[in-house]
Amino acid sequence: MLFNLPVFIHLYERLNSRNDGRCRTSNPIHYVFQTDQSPSSLEPNRASRRAMSSAATTPPSVDKVDGFSRKSVRKAKQKRSQSSSQFRSQGKPIELTPLPLLKDVPAPEQPELFLKKLQQCCTVFDFMDTLSDLKMKEYKRSTLNELVDYVTVSRGYLTEQAYPEVVKMVSYNIFRTLPPSDSNEFDPEEDEPTLEASWPHLQLVYEFFIRFLESQEFQPSIAKKYIDQKFVLQLLELFDSEDPRERDYLKTVLHRIYGKFLGLRAFIRKQINNIFLRFVYETEHFNGVAELLEILGSIINGFALPLKAEHKQFLVKVLIPLHTVRSLSLFHAQLAYCIVQFLEKDPALTEPVIRGLLKFWPKTCSQKEVMYLGELEEILDVIEPTQFVKIQEPLFKQISRCVSSPHFQVAERALYYWNNEYIMSLIEENSSVILPIMFASLYRISKEHWNPAIVALVYNVLKAFMEMNSTLFDELTATYKSDRQREKKKEKEREELWKKLGDLELKRGLRSDGIIPT
Amino acid sequence: MNQSSFISGADGDDSLYPIAVLIDELRNEDVQLRLNSIKKLSTIALALGVERTRTELLPFLTDTIYDEDEVLLALAEQLGNFTMLVGGPEYVHCLLPPLESLATVEETVVRDKAVESLRKISQEHSPVDLEVHFEPLVKRLASGDWFTSRTSACGLFSVCYPRVSSTVKAEIRQHFRTLCSDDTPMVRRAAASKLGEFAKVLELDYVKSDIISLFTALASDEQDSVRLLAVEACVSIASLLPQEDLETLVMPTLRQAAEDKSWRVRYMVADKFSELQKAVGPEITKNDLVPAFQNLLKDCEAEVRSAAAKKIKEFCENLPEDSRETIIMTHILSCVKELVSDTSQHVKSALASVIMGLSTILGKDNTVEHLLPLFLAQLKDECPEVRLNIISNLDCVNEVIGIRQLSQSLLPAIVELAEDAKWRVRLAIIEYMPLLAGQLGVEFFDEKLNTLCMAWLIDHVYAIREAATCNLMKLVEKFGAEWAQNTIVPKVLGMANDPNYLHRMTTLFCINSLSEACGQDITTKHMLPVVLKMSNDQVANVRFNVAKSLQKIGPVLDSNALQTEVKPVLEKLATDTDMDVKYFAQEAIRVLALA
Repeated sequence: MLFNLPVFIHLYERLNSRNDGRCRTSNPIHYVFQTDQSPSSLEPNRASRRAMSSAATTPPSVDKVDGFSRKSVRKAKQKRSQSSSQFRSQGKPIELTPLPLLKDVPAPEQPELFLKKLQQCCTVFDFMDTLSDLKMKEYKRSTLNELVDYVTVSRGYLTEQAYPEVVKMVSYNIFRTLPPSDSNEFDPEEDEPTLEASWPHLQLVYEFFIRFLESQEFQPSIAKKYIDQKFVLQLLELFDSEDPRERDYLKTVLHRIYGKFLGLRAFIRKQINNIFLRFVYETEHFNGVAELLEILGSIINGFALPLKAEHKQFLVKVLIPLHTVRSLSLFHAQLAYCIVQFLEKDPALTEPVIRGLLKFWPKTCSQKEVMYLGELEEILDVIEPTQFVKIQEPLFKQISRCVSSPHFQVAERALYYWNNEYIMSLIEENSSVILPIMFASLYRISKEHWNPAIVALVYNVLKAFMEMNSTLFDELTATYKSDRQREKKKEKEREELWKKLGDLELKRGLRSDGIIPT
Repeated sequence: MNQSSFISGADGDDSLYPIAVLIDELRNEDVQLRLNSIKKLSTIALALGVERTRTELLPFLTDTIYDEDEVLLALAEQLGNFTMLVGGPEYVHCLLPPLESLATVEETVVRDKAVESLRKISQEHSPVDLEVHFEPLVKRLASGDWFTSRTSACGLFSVCYPRVSSTVKAEIRQHFRTLCSDDTPMVRRAAASKLGEFAKVLELDYVKSDIISLFTALASDEQDSVRLLAVEACVSIASLLPQEDLETLVMPTLRQAAEDKSWRVRYMVADKFSELQKAVGPEITKNDLVPAFQNLLKDCEAEVRSAAAKKIKEFCENLPEDSRETIIMTHILSCVKELVSDTSQHVKSALASVIMGLSTILGKDNTVEHLLPLFLAQLKDECPEVRLNIISNLDCVNEVIGIRQLSQSLLPAIVELAEDAKWRVRLAIIEYMPLLAGQLGVEFFDEKLNTLCMAWLIDHVYAIREAATCNLMKLVEKFGAEWAQNTIVPKVLGMANDPNYLHRMTTLFCINSLSEACGQDITTKHMLPVVLKMSNDQVANVRFNVAKSLQKIGPVLDSNALQTEVKPVLEKLATDTDMDVKYFAQEAIRVLALA
């Protein structure tokens, strides 16, 4: 088959790791949830939202008619957008009866009119057909605009009857099955995202919903009847939207809901868990991981001490495995932030975290290795000396391997640890353990590495070690050769052993007529 | 080390290989070494003997399982083949503890492998052991805390169900029911994916009472990833039930799935359409599936349309014979017509890959009247893949109406593809040339296509030149040596004087592949002189290719030509200043035994 269909990625089909991952830095927003109080201090990141939207309006999109040209050659030309996968019969034009403006009717009649307008806005238009219902689309847009302003400034409009209508209107508009991705394997780093065609309406609906949730008259005790688990579940599914503008609004919406509805908090965390687990172990595809991690960053920040078992499990069984995902670079900054948040809460978690990272250490992807090293440095920056002692051996065995990586960026990133004063002080305290682990690699690189910059860095590290513990250093230098020989001898013995075992298998296999499986 | 000490080692007293040494290997710091050791675990077990494998090695493996997933994967696989190494079926249950832990790890690949091994060794358990050892393990997994063990349990129910007592059976059914409504979607997905398999081992009454309700519930799950798996199960379930029950038990759910609000579910229905069609039988197909299929062909998502388009031929073939033609003509054809001008190239190309198959079903007259215009439209499609798919399936039409009907439109399409800017498109059409040549006949070929074939020889992409030489060989095999001598050979040999050395090399490559097909006479008389002359080429690459060519065509030549003409030239090349030329000349002398 020459061209592949952009068929959706089967759930059970794991994709092979591919070496990609330039680090895209973005700053996680840091706001805090206090565990048991309603967070009035929550500030949405309006600035970042603006930045996102303006970035997204620059002409994006890719021309993918040509399946052959390399990704880097494909150039964006025309803007491409896609409407949500709405499965409904289309047909006759939609008619809405224009209603008077809210400000033009006397105050007592406003709540009634407000409800009517909400009901009208439940009508959803087909934006892929750019010519249909133009007038009505414009009418709905202006109505939504009016509603946004109205919830922001008006008082006394939020009657109890309004809650179900608001939630219904929002649900009708935002909840939909997301359309299939246009590219076979959407690569968020290379490919332009598909933009939501109905954004002119959708944006206003989101804007309205956020204002509604933020409104001073908003009462969670009434709203919780309508904003329930099912609502939240559908909201979370939307984080897979390819449109970054939508994900940004969703982030704020979910944040508000997490803040205001205490009863939904555990549920939200659990569903996010499920999304992440599916992402890691089943599909490797979910667009909103970074956004969800951003929210989690602030949730973790608000965890009460001591940490519940549920939270620790989340760290070890969900956050750590997230490191294995191919597209790590897209959310690594947010992930590392969450990890460090956990460690600042409970230093005793350092050991399982570092052991987890070592277990999943990338074997072939150098870019990812650099990210791991970066994260490890962030962890070491906050590590307690007692914790450091617990993991120093496996940790420095890995660092020793990184230092001798033929990829100079990996080696360089690892060697930079020696520029970090706090890490240096930890190494110095434990030089008797660390130096023997590091010595052989450093010694070898100082003679063999192809990159002069690395050799120079290694030279400095060796010099530092010499100053720290000169007796041990001299000893190691003196025994370097004999140690290598001993290693070689051991290696030979291993080979011998396996050879003997192999012979044995052969004899047995022959005797028992091939019962032995191979 | 003699034989007897091996045996004593296996018997357990003063052993030759202390387990510590072997375990050291399994614990080696280097992952690669650890992995190698695990892959040779059977060897280690052999060295230890069956008893110590049971009492020492397996407990060690069970207790210390915390390793990289790659090592665990190898371990899970090994243990599935361990029955003989622990002493045969009566001891096979010793393998359960390590496999149980492996069935709870996070990594899906490891877990799946552990389940696979468990399924394998379940067959080696006696019915008693199955109830005493295996079934309790399944229960433990099914009620595990973390979702991973519950997921693994889903795959184990069906292997023990048929061989246990009816009380245990009832328990197993209960566990499966619980997992189908688990609150983590991962477990529901696992259960849904095993639903069909489980249904197959259940007694029909329980299929009707238990499975159907589970099926209905999973098919209306809140997550589309669960619903779509129920579609797969639908195929198995429908084929288990008697025809008269299908309408009430399965069809409501299937209808709902075909109109699901999530395109993924509809895609799944389209993708499994042929299987569904077979499972529900001709009557339901006529009444229900035909309209459903029409809807899928008109779906709003291209993904769904192309999955459905791919099934058009199979669907039509499997329609009940008495009404097949009517259904196609009245219901399907109009959808097909629309798909020809679909907005998505993937849909069009999916259609193009099957549309030709309809001609055999509809017969000559209908093909000429209804399908031909569609073929022609697709031959002119803007997307090269669509055109290629049509061309690659020409043989179906050829059988029904003969290719002449198409040839007028075919030619421009072929020429355009032959000159496409993308080399992969050119490559694809070259690969169809021998097929086309066979169907269009030698005259048409000489008249219209020969020039194209020759033009590819001087394409600027090597892969095309290479494919073009290969194509020439196949053509000669088809049309014979005489045809080659008259039409191809002169042109190929003419390129030997081309100023571009790449083209001169192409001559050599062509000779390499043509000599055998052309036979000794043509090779000696026409090709050999040209090759020999090229040994004086000023470009070293041409010279060493001369040496390679001589080596290649040597077997076709007679010994006289070899000795008098080839040998001197190779000997001269063997003293060339260029080391590659020297090497290949010497190689040729050696292979042709001319030294």
